[in-house]
Amino acid sequence: MAERSFKKEVEQLRLGDGQLFEGEGILAITKGLLQAGVAYVGGYQGSPISHLMDVFSDADPLLRELGVHFVSNASEAAAGAMLAASVNYPLRGAVAWKSVVGTNVASDALSNLASGGVTGGALIIIGEDYGEGSSIMQERTHAFAMKSQMWLLDPRPNLPMMVDMVEKAFQLSEASRTPVMMEMRVRSCHMTGSFVAKDNRRPPMTVGQAAANPKRDISRIVLPPANFVHEIEKIEQRWPAALKFIAEQQLNEWFGPDQDEIGIIVQGGLFNGLNRALELLGLSDPYGATEIPVYCLNVTYPLLPEEVRSFCAGKKAVLILEEGQPEFIEHELNTLVRQADLQTRIVGKEVMPRAGEYSAKVLVDGVAAFLRAHAPARAPALPAEVPAEADLASTVPGRPAGFCTGCPERPIFAAMKLAQREVGELHVSGDIGCHIFSIFPPFNIGNTTMGYGLGTAGASAFKAEGKRAVAMMGDGGFWHNGLTSGIGNAQFNQDDTVTIVIDNGYSAATGGQDILSSRAENQTRVTNHPIEKAVRGMGIDWVRTLTRTYDVAKMRDTLKEALTSTTKGPKVIIAQSECMLNKQRREKPLASKAAREGKRVVRERFGVDPDTCTGDHACIRLSGCPSLSIVPNPDPLREHPVTHIDNSCVGCGNCGEVAHAAVLCPSFYKASIVTNPTRWDRFKAQVRHAVIGWLQQSQARKLALRAY
Amino acid sequence: MTTSTPPARERITIAILALGGEGGGVLADWINQVANEHGYVVQGTSIAGVAQRTGSTVYYIEMVKRAAAGANRAEPILAMMPAPGDVDIVIASELMEAGRAILRGFVTADRTTLIGSTHRVYAISEKAALGDGTAAAQRILDAAERRSARFIGFDMAAAAAEAGSVVSSVMFGALAGSGVLPFPREAFEDAIRHGGKALETNLNGFGLGFQRARDGDAERPAPRDQNEPTTEAGRALRAIIDASLPHSARPLAIEGVKRLMDYQNRSYAELYLSRLAAVRALDDGGNDWQLTRNAARHIALWMSYEDTIRVADLKVRAARSARVSNEVRLAPGQVMAVTEYMHPRLQEICDILPRPLGRFLRDSAAVRRLTEPLFRAGRLVETTSLRWFLALRVIAGLRSIRPRTLRYHEEQLRIDGWLTLAARFAESDSEAAAELIACQQLIKGYSDTYERGLARFEAVMSEARNLVGQRNAAARLRTLREAALADENGDALACAVSARSAGQA
Repeated sequence: MAERSFKKEVEQLRLGDGQLFEGEGILAITKGLLQAGVAYVGGYQGSPISHLMDVFSDADPLLRELGVHFVSNASEAAAGAMLAASVNYPLRGAVAWKSVVGTNVASDALSNLASGGVTGGALIIIGEDYGEGSSIMQERTHAFAMKSQMWLLDPRPNLPMMVDMVEKAFQLSEASRTPVMMEMRVRSCHMTGSFVAKDNRRPPMTVGQAAANPKRDISRIVLPPANFVHEIEKIEQRWPAALKFIAEQQLNEWFGPDQDEIGIIVQGGLFNGLNRALELLGLSDPYGATEIPVYCLNVTYPLLPEEVRSFCAGKKAVLILEEGQPEFIEHELNTLVRQADLQTRIVGKEVMPRAGEYSAKVLVDGVAAFLRAHAPARAPALPAEVPAEADLASTVPGRPAGFCTGCPERPIFAAMKLAQREVGELHVSGDIGCHIFSIFPPFNIGNTTMGYGLGTAGASAFKAEGKRAVAMMGDGGFWHNGLTSGIGNAQFNQDDTVTIVIDNGYSAATGGQDILSSRAENQTRVTNHPIEKAVRGMGIDWVRTLTRTYDVAKMRDTLKEALTSTTKGPKVIIAQSECMLNKQRREKPLASKAAREGKRVVRERFGVDPDTCTGDHACIRLSGCPSLSIVPNPDPLREHPVTHIDNSCVGCGNCGEVAHAAVLCPSFYKASIVTNPTRWDRFKAQVRHAVIGWLQQSQARKLALRAY
Repeated sequence: MTTSTPPARERITIAILALGGEGGGVLADWINQVANEHGYVVQGTSIAGVAQRTGSTVYYIEMVKRAAAGANRAEPILAMMPAPGDVDIVIASELMEAGRAILRGFVTADRTTLIGSTHRVYAISEKAALGDGTAAAQRILDAAERRSARFIGFDMAAAAAEAGSVVSSVMFGALAGSGVLPFPREAFEDAIRHGGKALETNLNGFGLGFQRARDGDAERPAPRDQNEPTTEAGRALRAIIDASLPHSARPLAIEGVKRLMDYQNRSYAELYLSRLAAVRALDDGGNDWQLTRNAARHIALWMSYEDTIRVADLKVRAARSARVSNEVRLAPGQVMAVTEYMHPRLQEICDILPRPLGRFLRDSAAVRRLTEPLFRAGRLVETTSLRWFLALRVIAGLRSIRPRTLRYHEEQLRIDGWLTLAARFAESDSEAAAELIACQQLIKGYSDTYERGLARFEAVMSEARNLVGQRNAAARLRTLREAALADENGDALACAVSARSAGQA
């Protein structure tokens, strides 16, 4: 797959009984699927579960051996719909995606799946992108589990536990004929640890065998009258079956003493943080020997009324640690406690923040506040607060995300910024992908972002009166749904918008996976289907493909042309240059290998002459490249720092093109460095060196004569 | 609330703050490896993703001594994020990231060893400023000393460059060298070998980090005093400086003279000194001769305005070739071509022609129309080729006719206008005059940038004419100058100017 290899990880998937697996959480889950005899796997890449998709993509031979079918789905909707294979057949299937966004996309399929119910275990691995480092809206997948009635697991961050939970999830799904979601938080996905592996299991039935022996059951199809029956089944059969399974298998856990007047109920994923908070408050140790009873919900939906009742009985107050909002579990606990006629006070958001990640500090503060209110004798003495330093806070600058060094998207926005100087500010409908970083300095371009592949659709309300709206779309978003919901929609309605499709050859923001239009040859997938062909297939005639985004002047002029063209209907510009991160991954090792072998290799990089740079930084305001920075001015008279390019420059050419297109300054130079030069190279260099060197020396002598 | 735990405990916690591409993940893997091999249960977590695109990232590692075989002890429960007051070691790859660690409460005086690089990777807000937007580094260094139990700080990027490795190996070396982890040096080196990548450079980086963690940054040799004149003309001008200028202004005046002799010739430097002497005569000496010092700096800068002759001259010098070779780390046996990105317009050509000719060509619509296509695109000028080298050499040679060029004439007029206005201020208010002189810093760059700067300078000057003799003129001029550098569109300056008009009305 693409430019990264996951061979090492694939080896881990082959481990057998008794061998020690060492690695990250999400890879452990991946192994857990094979141990559980999964028949088919799919999903859509995105942080934090990209690794699962990448590793499966590289594991083709192993999957073939095991008879496991892997699909790199076009979208989460496609992945969700694929779980249909578990409706009629005893096939265990799993799909993975980033949530809540992926669940949004998949929700049509999931509702249908959850209504009809499943025969084989259906597992959705949810990468819950919430809290620090998240790039999406802060919502909970919990709501989806509730409204479609799918069970939601939130296992305690511990590799053996998480792997075991995969097997249990399939069993739960089968026992209750209900799809199961397993929530993996960002840190759990990237957490390192180990567990003792088991042999991989071939699925008892493969997808091929199922297709060869079709089974049909009209009562599973969501159409009247079955749809009404499904709702009743959910309540009368599937729900009780799930409660019974969870209770019998003891999926939830209890820590600490049996009896106490207070207790804490915690989402499984938060357990490690809670234990640390208790430890810091002097109420637990590093091994989980808590002095306060803790009921750990490895299953956060549904709650088990009997377990809740027995935990709360005899307690004055119970703290519920539930991250995010609305506080569904807290509401449900209040109902259950009321129904059980207990006088236990459920304490949740009254001491915990309603919004935001439950970081270590939040947990310590929250538990302390709970103790002060409900067990003051056990509340710790408050140490003095270290005063915050306002000076320090104002000194440390923020670091908004930006484009990588040499990114081919940078010149597109530089060109747009230059075009805006001529045509005025534009309304730009952004999309999901690296390109959305244009909203930050230095470009400050982009007005909204409505979802993956929805850039063009997000501009569809703007009936042009003089100035056209511009929409961005990535190639990933284009194939995810943008072709229909964006391009097709604009064509059908004859929107007068300009769409820029950024075609960098990969689903780059999610880790560089291949897509239909990728230029790479892929042994297990079909690539090399040009975006322009698809756009023209929608009947659009005004299409321009630019094959080098770094040509800033051409980019700017094409955009101006699109904005002023008399052609009716949508205008589409396809801007192509390969994602630099992936290009470097591929080319750098090849170049250094060639250099070692004595072959001629040319490396280009840019530089800035500090004596002609006057420190205005106009070039930086059109770039933001990490390799284009500043250094203190070496000139004792000039006070402002000069621009400087460091050795991480990959020579993409943007600096020079921008300097030309914006008529900036003559300080930029490109150095082309030839390793293992040919004889001709060397001869040329020697002649030049002799003549230029001689002239420079005589010039230097003259300079010395008129020097101070 | 920051809770402190007793220092004696089995657990060791480490937070790493790094930027994308600095190898924070590799460093975390190495630490994982060394701890795992030496009797610890270890767990690492990170927030990956945005890191590769300039963001800052926290990696977090916890380790607890593994129980003896057969001991009846539960597996430890390790936390996934650092708790303020509970971090033993913080490793920051850059100075502001060290500042961020302090801000987030990870660094506490009772337990934290802070290992931080003192170099800067500037944030976009710092880089994109029209002038100097860099943050105050000293504040962070002070806080690092004050708020940690121990601060090990040195320039790890420089060490990495020296070793030809990335900063992560130097950070790992510094961690080993600090002695805060209970493992011998070889254990750390084995972890690098286990990783198996770029062994030689990583071990070099590690070695430097290890050593600098104990010894600090290498002493830099003190710069040689270059203020002694080397020529007859230099000595003569030095004599004028010493005779006519206060001590505090002399170093700047010497720099100014050096620059203008290099830029043009001795007599041009003499013109500079006579202009400077006129300012000095009006200076009341306040704030250690602020006005004269400012004038020494800014008259020299303006007089050495950047024209095409100057650019060509600087591009073809031997010293420049050497600097480029050094900067791109040209190795023996490699050859290099250097290409300049130039975009001269008709204006820049007219600038360096004799005044009547330059003016005629510039103002002629026909010429403009005819030559437009020639100047539309930028030029790629390969200065390492004979053809372009000679062409630039010829342009640099136009230095001898510079005093007759159009641009020279116009710049001298502007300089005189500026100094005349400064003199009017200086009669009653040296401080305001010094501020006015400093406004020269608004004029910089080439082409559009130059025109934008000049327009802002003119705007400030026209405001300034109304301020002569007023109280607060100095403060007002400073405000205007800062506003002119605040943003690219000129909104702040327009705002500052209109605030004044409103105030007058």
